[in-house]
This record gives sequence, C-alpha cells and structure tokens, in this order.
Amino acid sequence: MGRDRTWLLLLPALGLLVLLFLAPLAWFLARTLFIETAPAEVPALFADVLTARSMQVAALTTLWVSVLVTLATLVIGYPIAFYLANRRGWRAALVVFCVVVPYFTSVIVRTYALTVVLGRSGLINELLGASGLIGAPLALLYNTFGIVVGMTYVLLPYMVLTLYATMKAIDPNLLRAGRALGASPLYLFRRVYLPLSVPGIVSGSLIVLILALGFFITPALMGGPGDVTVAMLIERAIEILIDWPSAAVMSVVLLAATLILFAVYARVTDLRRMMGA
Amino acid sequence: MRAALPLFVGCACLLLILPIAIVVVLGFSGGTFLRFPPTSLSLRWFAAFLGDPGWRAALWSSLAIGGVACVVATGVGFLAAYALVRGAFPAKRLILAVALLPIVSPTVVTAIAMYYASARLGLVGNVVWVGLCHAVIAFPVVLLILLSALQAVDLRLEQAALSLGASRARTLRTVVVPLAAPGLASAALFAFLTSFDELVISLFLTNAATQTLPVRIWNSLHMQVEPTVAAVSAFLIGVTGVILAADALLRRRRKA
Amino acid sequence: MIGRDASVPGAVGLARARERAAAVTGPAGKALELQGLTKIYGSETVVDRFETRIEAGEFFSLLGPSGSGKTTTLMMVAGFASIDAGRLLVDGVDLAAVPPERRGFGMVFQNYAIFPHMDVFENVAFPLRARGMPKALVRERVAAALDLVQLRHLSDRYARQLSGGQQQRVAIARAIVFQPPVVLMDEPLGALDKNLRYDLQVEIKEIQRRLGMTVLYVTHDQEEAMNLSDRVAIMSRGRVEQIGAPRAVYERPVNAFTARFLGEANLLPGRIVTPGPGRIAFQLEDGAVLHADEAATRGAGTEGQLFVRPEKLTLNPSADPLRDGLNHLSGTVRRASFLGSVVRYAVETGSGALVTADAPNVAAHHHPEPGARVALAWSPADTVILPPDAA
Repeated sequence: MGRDRTWLLLLPALGLLVLLFLAPLAWFLARTLFIETAPAEVPALFADVLTARSMQVAALTTLWVSVLVTLATLVIGYPIAFYLANRRGWRAALVVFCVVVPYFTSVIVRTYALTVVLGRSGLINELLGASGLIGAPLALLYNTFGIVVGMTYVLLPYMVLTLYATMKAIDPNLLRAGRALGASPLYLFRRVYLPLSVPGIVSGSLIVLILALGFFITPALMGGPGDVTVAMLIERAIEILIDWPSAAVMSVVLLAATLILFAVYARVTDLRRMMGA
Repeated sequence: MRAALPLFVGCACLLLILPIAIVVVLGFSGGTFLRFPPTSLSLRWFAAFLGDPGWRAALWSSLAIGGVACVVATGVGFLAAYALVRGAFPAKRLILAVALLPIVSPTVVTAIAMYYASARLGLVGNVVWVGLCHAVIAFPVVLLILLSALQAVDLRLEQAALSLGASRARTLRTVVVPLAAPGLASAALFAFLTSFDELVISLFLTNAATQTLPVRIWNSLHMQVEPTVAAVSAFLIGVTGVILAADALLRRRRKA
Repeated sequence: MIGRDASVPGAVGLARARERAAAVTGPAGKALELQGLTKIYGSETVVDRFETRIEAGEFFSLLGPSGSGKTTTLMMVAGFASIDAGRLLVDGVDLAAVPPERRGFGMVFQNYAIFPHMDVFENVAFPLRARGMPKALVRERVAAALDLVQLRHLSDRYARQLSGGQQQRVAIARAIVFQPPVVLMDEPLGALDKNLRYDLQVEIKEIQRRLGMTVLYVTHDQEEAMNLSDRVAIMSRGRVEQIGAPRAVYERPVNAFTARFLGEANLLPGRIVTPGPGRIAFQLEDGAVLHADEAATRGAGTEGQLFVRPEKLTLNPSADPLRDGLNHLSGTVRRASFLGSVVRYAVETGSGALVTADAPNVAAHHHPEPGARVALAWSPADTVILPPDAA
C-alpha cells in the first residue's frame, strides 16, 4: 500500500482551524498586547487589569458560580445518569428525551424559557402566590440564585451524558459478583459502583466547570447588576468601553484557565466519547 | 428508598422539560400578554413572526449561515474523522484535543478574536464569512459523531475494495461514504443545528442586515418582551425536535 | 500493608502455606434441591421443570449448547433471575425470597468479574469485609485463600496486571474465602486456552475435594464437564435431557441429542425384532441384524436407532473369521483421518450408510487404506437402542 498518506485528509480541517480560529486568536492577542502596547507597558497593563476591583469581583463571582453549578449538576445529574444506566424500556426513553431535548435546544431559548418560569409573574411565583405560601413574589431572577439555576439547567445534560457513558461501561457482572459475594446493595454501591464511576464524576465535573467558566449568555440574561462574570466583563470591554487591551488581558486569563482544565480533562477522558457522542 | 430514585429522576426530568414545554405553549397563546397558562390559543404570534420583515430576514440569514456552516463543517469533519480513524500517524490524541478546542474555549473570547480579524478584513456582516466562522464550532460536533460512525465501518470492507483494485479515492467514495451515510447525515443535521442555535459569535459578527434569529431574540429580550419571541422560540424548539427525530430515525438505520 | 507477609514461598513458607490453607476448610457443603425449577420469558420456557437433588459435597455440572438454559438455571440458583415455578431448597430451606447477597453462595463468573479498582488482596477480602469481619481475621483468611490458589505473591497486583489464568484464580479464591457451602461457577474457564483450561480443571477439582463444598458448574465443553463432575445434567432448549455420572451418560445416552453432544456417535436407524429384557435384536434398514444388551423391555416392531461410540468398534481385515457374540458389519473404507491418538475411519456399509470407527494409533492395530474392504466388530454390551429422532 506504500506510505500512509491518510494524514493529508486532516489538512482541510487544519486550514479551517488555523485560518478562522487560531490565527484570529493569535492576531487579536499578539497585536493588542505586543504591537499596540509598548513592551515595557505590558506588565503594568496586566497588573492594572488584574488588580482592578471589577475584575477581582468578576473573577470571584465566576469561580463561585462555576463551582456551585458544577456541584449542583453533579448532585442532580448522578441519580439521573444512574437511573438511565440501569433501566431500559419506555421510562428510560422518556428520561433520555427529557435530557436530550434541552441539550440540543438553543441556549438563548432555554434561558428565555427559564426567565418565563422564574420571573416575578412567572409560573413558580404564580403557583406559590395562589397557594398562599408567599405574600410577595420571590426574587428568583436577576441575582446569583438566578444565574446558578440557569446555568445548572443549561449544563446539566453535559454532566448526565458524561456520567452515563462511564456508568454504562461498568460491567454488570461486577455488581452481580459483589452481591453473590454477600454485599448489600448499599455496601456494593459505596465500595464498587461509586469508585468505578469516579472517572465519570471527574470528567463530568471538569467539562461543566470548563463550560461554566466561559459562560456568557445565561449570566448576562439572568444575573443581577452585581453579578458580572469575567466573560461579561470581556464583552463589556469591547462593546461599551472599546478597551481592547483590557479585553485581551482578561481573555488570556480566561483562556489559560480553560486550557489548563481542558488539558486535565483530555488526560482523564477518552475525547472520542466527549459530550456523549 | 426503592421509590426515591424514580421519584427524584421524575421530578428532575419534569423540571428539565417544563420550561421548554411552557415556551412552546406560550408560542401558541392567543392573548396580547405572555401569561401561563394562556387564556386562548392561536397562531397569531407565528403569523406576526413570519409577517414581520425583520424576523423573516433573520430567519433567512440563519438558514443561509447554517447552510454554509453545515456543508463546510461536514465535509472537512468527514475527511478529518476518516484520517483519525484509519490513519497511522503519531499524536492522534493531541490532534483530537486541538480539534475540540473550539467547543471548550470561552465563546466570548473566540467571538472577539473572530470579530477583531473580521473587522480588519471588512467581513463583518458577510453571511458566507459568518457561516465559515460557525463551521469552526460545528466542526468538533461533526468530528465526534463521525469518529464513532466510522469506527463502526468494517475495515475489511475497505481492504476488500482496495484488494479488488479500487483506488483510495474510489474506495472512499463507493464504500466508506455509503456505509457511513446515516452517520454523515446525522453529523450534517447537528452541524446545521449548532450554527442555527449559535448566539455569541453571531452577536459580534453580524450586522443589522444579517442578524440571525438568536441575535434578534437576544435584542428583543433586552428591549421589550414581545410575545413574538415565544413563537420564535417555539419555532427553534420545533427545529431541534425535527432534527432529533431525524437523527433517531438515522440511528435506527445505522443499527439495521 | 501491615500483616501482609511478602516472604517468598521457600520450603518453610510452603509448609506454612499448607497449614494456613488447611484453616480454610470450613463447614462441608450443603445439599441443593431443585424442584421443578422453571423460567419463562414471554411465551418461551427457557428452563422447563428442572428437577434434581445435588448432594452435599457433590460436583454437579450443567452441560449444554448455548441457549439451552444452563446459565439461566444457575442465575435462578444464584438469585439473579426470579423463579417462575418450582422451588429451590438448601438443606431443606426454601430460598425463593432470599436476595442473592443473603444466599451465601460463592460465585465465579466467565469473565472473572475482578473489581478493577481493587488489588488482588482487596478483591479476595471483599466478601469478608461485606460481612463485617474483623481486620485480623480478614488478613488471615485472605492469605489462606490465596495460598490455596498459589497467588499470595501477587496480592498487591491489579486485574489488568494479571494473566487470564491468574485472574480466574483470584475469582476462585474470592468465591471460596468466606467458606460458602455452595459455589456456583458460570463457564469459569471459557475464556482460557486449552492447556491452561485443563490445568485449572485439575486445580478446581482439587480445591473442591479438599474443602468439601458443593459445586454447581455451567459449561458447554463436554470434556470439561466429564473430567470435573460427579454428575452431569445435559440440557437442550430448556429441558433436561439426561442426568447421570459422566461415564454412564457418555456410554448409555437416553436419546440421540445426548449421544451426539457428548462425542462422536454412530446412530443407525432400524426396528426392534426381539424385545428384551436382556439381549435385544435390532434390524437395520438394509436387513442386517445386530444386538444390544438392555435391562428394559422394548416393544417389538418399534422404530429406533442403534447407538455405538466409534472407539468401541474394531476394524479387521474382511478375511478374518467372525467371532461369536459380537455385532458385525462389513464395508469399504472411504476416508481415514489422522487425529493424533487415533485414526478415524469412515466405512461405507452395504446400505450406503457411513459408520465411523476409531482405531488407536498403535502399530499393532490394523490400519487399512481407503478403498479396502473391512469388517467391523463390537460388543452388544457397548450398544444401546435409542428412540428415533424427535421431528
């Protein structure tokens, strides 16, 4: 067959990635940081941007929200994935439907849908009001709670699908073996199932964390005035302040955090099975 | 204990699907204000959506951009997936990791970088250009789908074709593509959907004339909440539903 | 880890190992009673009224092709499949309502089912810890069980670092470490190659004998079942075709299925001329009359087939005188296949039927060339009359 030249087929993809993704990124960062800014001023620029109060608050908000969202998706997603991995039939199909339809629905539509449900005159407040449980409508939107609920809603499917892929790969014979050897269901879960699902927990948490750190649409629409994430700050730097250097510095920080997490993710996950493909 | 799990899962699923169901119902509401449950049902907001030149233009530009992204991402993604599945060369893991970067990088950063380049090239608002930029983020989706689809194609069938004298290109065209056809179709559908639903890149790269449906939804959410948004959202959910149903049919064929 | 003796098994070590292994010997096995055990999936009866009593300390095998219901039977005994009809008793106690983890049976799976996140020691300790056994005792028991399967030097390895045979030894140690009265084994050697399989058969048999446990063993390999078992149940499509000691089942099958499943079989159709008991005369379709020694009476004129194993036949030059009291057929050698320890001949008889005869591969034996005329002879004691094949 001669020398293997299949790798040539990668060239179009490489072209697409380089020309429309890597090159613009490099161009943007290199030009704003190294050409339009004098080399001597770069450290000062970084120091200024990173010590600005708005940036520090945004960084803390982003981190705090992302961690909360990761934990929430894990706590809610684990039982769902567990159910899916161990059931068959129409009930499981229904659960898959309920996970997959939101997964593939536009983020803007999902966020809009949540604002309808959680708004002051939304379904939840209407129901609670009608039942007499609350006097005044609860503030479920435009605060940190709103962001966490919104992002948990949007990112939950990633967690469920990642956990499901791991759980599905657990050999059912191991569980049978455990039971046959005298382990109670609870003991078996603690000593066998949970440890074997740890890779899924790690992968799922990492992917949710990665996506949460860079999330823009949902916090922008569901957060309050005080809830500004780093991604929102970057957008404002461009759209409102037209401050490219600051945007570049913040982008470097956000990108670096994402890439480090992704490097860890790539080491612990079979990338071919990413996103439950 | 035994009932707790199904109960929890049932509630979680209800909460997952409920907002989407509510928006679909609202899209069909007959009132002037968004109220749930709606007092009456009608198609008036769909009529408003399709009757409004602005919304119609947004729909066309979404379709055009989605079309470009779909064709480019599927073509490029297929070749790359084939190379990664069948090729014998080093650093495959690294190549795959790089190929997946567009979906893990913060979209705001990607969008700003693309905007930066587009502005200097005078391409902001160009439908084909935006389609190409969307192809960048649709490409990883295509790649993941086709990696698993091509893995399922029996290598021996390709070897048989080659042993019978077919060239590499001919084997790809007459054996691999037909066998991977359902997977290719799925990949194309999801590539289109990825672009069709994309907001952040479109937000930066389109102008008033070429704004897409998500961008228009975004803008109207920032101005006033008009019930048309519910109808447009219901429409987008409908597109997702149709594509998922088509994919389910294709999966069945892939198994058969 | 403290207490895990890492000493290399030398002469002293080996003696100590034996002592410890002896400590594993627990209470002897218990009797297992299957009373009409039945499993139904939809409209299909997967196991149809399985009925037997497996004695304490007995090695009992379920043998059959895939889909015969042997694994389902095992799963019902283990508690992983519900029992649709019939009863399952252990020393007289009904187990239907007892969940698998409370039945106290050891179980060995085909693909070993070694917990991948635990090392060998932890795997074997698993059933003991699940029972809340004190640490010191766990260490002692695990050490003894690992000695028994000669794996003590690998106690801190993980499954992926072990060969197939070693993994199966771990699975066996894990299944016996808590001294279960009954051990269930589901094709435990199915994934191993032939030589290793034989070595492990010897080991399993040795351990079973030493510990006196009752074993219910599933396999599709008839040699394995015959080598290991005190009794074998041959299953086909959910039904038990025959239960008996390996030799009895092999030499006196009750129907054509068992006859064929346990090895090469000659089955010649015909009808009974003189019924038993004692010596039955049986006429082949070409008119030849042969004899079989049977204890039971058979109706004259009944159709059936005459069964004899190839190794029971002797091949003689056709000129040799016939000997009294033996069955005789003459024919032409059509094919000779060299199988190593025997040469297998296909001999065409007058009626055109092909009879298979095995001649031991020794110089003293007559080894005709294809085309040669030969006389076949065998004893009526090695002959069985079977019912005709069910349609």
